Amino acid sequence: MRLPPGVSSRDFSDALKQFEAAIGKDWVFTSDEDVDLYRDSYSPFWHEEEEPIPSAAVAPDGVEQVQKIARIASAYKIPLWTISTGKNLGYGGSAPLLGGSVVLDLKRMDRVLEVNDKNHYALVEPGVSYFDLYKYVHDRGLKVWIDPPDPGWGSLVGNALERGGGYTPMRDHFDCHCGMEVVLANGEVVRTGMGALPNSKTWQQYKYGFGPYVDGIFSQSNLGIVTKMGFWLFPEPEAYIAGNVVVSKHDDLFALVEIFANLINSGVVQATTNVVSPLAYGPPDPELAALRASGSTKDLDEYAARKNVGYWSVNLPFYGPADVVAAQWEYAKRKFSVIPGVRFEDRASYRFPFDADQLAKIVNPVPFGVPSLQTFSIGGPRSQGHMWFSPIIPMTGEAVLEAQKVFDQVARNLGLSTGSVGGFPIWSFFARAFVIIYFFPIEHDVEKNRRNREIFRRLVKSSAEHGWGEYRTHTAFMGDIMDAYSFNEHALLRLHETMKDALDPNGILSPGKNGIWPKGMRKARA
Amino acid sequence: MRSARAALLFLCSLTIATTAFAAPDDSQVERGHKVYDKWCFPCHGTGSGKPGTASLAARGQKPAVLEERTDLTAPAIKRFVRHGVLFMPMFRKTEISDAELDAVCAYLTRNNKPQ
Repeated sequence: MRLPPGVSSRDFSDALKQFEAAIGKDWVFTSDEDVDLYRDSYSPFWHEEEEPIPSAAVAPDGVEQVQKIARIASAYKIPLWTISTGKNLGYGGSAPLLGGSVVLDLKRMDRVLEVNDKNHYALVEPGVSYFDLYKYVHDRGLKVWIDPPDPGWGSLVGNALERGGGYTPMRDHFDCHCGMEVVLANGEVVRTGMGALPNSKTWQQYKYGFGPYVDGIFSQSNLGIVTKMGFWLFPEPEAYIAGNVVVSKHDDLFALVEIFANLINSGVVQATTNVVSPLAYGPPDPELAALRASGSTKDLDEYAARKNVGYWSVNLPFYGPADVVAAQWEYAKRKFSVIPGVRFEDRASYRFPFDADQLAKIVNPVPFGVPSLQTFSIGGPRSQGHMWFSPIIPMTGEAVLEAQKVFDQVARNLGLSTGSVGGFPIWSFFARAFVIIYFFPIEHDVEKNRRNREIFRRLVKSSAEHGWGEYRTHTAFMGDIMDAYSFNEHALLRLHETMKDALDPNGILSPGKNGIWPKGMRKARA
Repeated sequence: MRSARAALLFLCSLTIATTAFAAPDDSQVERGHKVYDKWCFPCHGTGSGKPGTASLAARGQKPAVLEERTDLTAPAIKRFVRHGVLFMPMFRKTEISDAELDAVCAYLTRNNKPQ
């Protein structure tokens, strides 16, 4: 039997018996066959001893059982690694960061507790996936949209706690949450916001309650176990239209992004989109490769003009009343018209609700509030998995170009291409800043994975030198990225550690999560 | 390599005839259909945006839609659900229980012909 670090086999055996008494023998998994199901299917450590493998898993069915598990784990100082649906593939899946941890699997807590389509909110448990909530809403004909991220089997709670993003105007998932129920390491239950008021009638309608707003300390952290969470939903819109803005020259990017940022920040564009270069998506062309290598923007401008593809483009999505979205697109065109040679292309136009035939024709329904797994096509038919590198950069043309330069170098290091010219989409999942979502392949090849991990770590440092920080990362790199957030001798991390020591003195909750370790496991910082 | 071994096993399992064939009962098939719709269809179903179906098609598996196959075996299905293959992850027992997996096997082998 695998053991948690620092726990004797006798203590672990006693703790497992107590877990069984608390939640039932069927839901305490200890055999290698069962526990191996919690390994990271996209682990960057395949076939290496460093792969963190859990010692056991426990799967409670309700908050009272979670409380019992926390108390038992505290008594025996057993590390618990909490997962919701465990499908955070690309960022660690269901595997712990610390080998030997017991996975606290909340998948069985999958109740949709409430959906309100008059004030547009939901209250759910951590095991509820986007597919589950979509089905609940669809089966009842409720007039609300959910906002799925790319993988529809993810948990609303888990994704929001990891500060994930979607595509509709409710795209910032943590920002759109309203109220939490949290089990602390000592087993106590806390409700945040208006939930602290017994018999509250507004837990999912007003975020802040009274006093300090503590919800943030339970996101990307290991300070509590979130067992319920409220979310604001989007009223089913009447219409959607999308328009594409294409500019012809390299240096048009500066004006393109400046106007785009104005539209985002003024609320005219409210949903996720990306800035790309159409030059990046054509068939391989030796002439283009040579021009890229030369670095001459003038020659690339001429090439783009000759091929009539444009140098940069941004696709603008609009959701809302039909006349309003039409006016928003017209306004956007007016703003972009100051760029000489700009072209506008009307793209998709829909009225809602979709019928089944309309929906079936849409390859990627996620921007329309319909969960999907389409994103897993991303690595091709023989892909063995992936992980993501996701730095936040300023919403300016200058930053985009600088980032492209850095990422082109990464591509060359990986042997992927000789330069992307905008092949790494710059996304607007969050207001006010761009995020680059860079794909790293995972393979069952030790040397390739080692090389990718090395490149990844170099990239973290290089990004930090440019003033960029990652918004989220695979468990393998959480320490590296927290290290980069080092202002004033790591003052922020030291604050996290102060809270960790106060709220979780036995260090049982997800040790190492986002670089935050309990006192006994904390390594001396240089 | 895990996936290579798994892929080989899968191919073998598709081509080697089952030695014991028993038609699954209707209620088990019906239950399996529901589990399939929840857990398998989003990746292996018909229509656009189904990466499992697209991957099988690209790798020459015919038909690429699992529900249309008549040569799947329960051991192969279980191996893939519990071990994953390529970009398909493994599934935990809190997601698909052993009993639900038996039902999925009943559903996906419902049209198999006795050998």
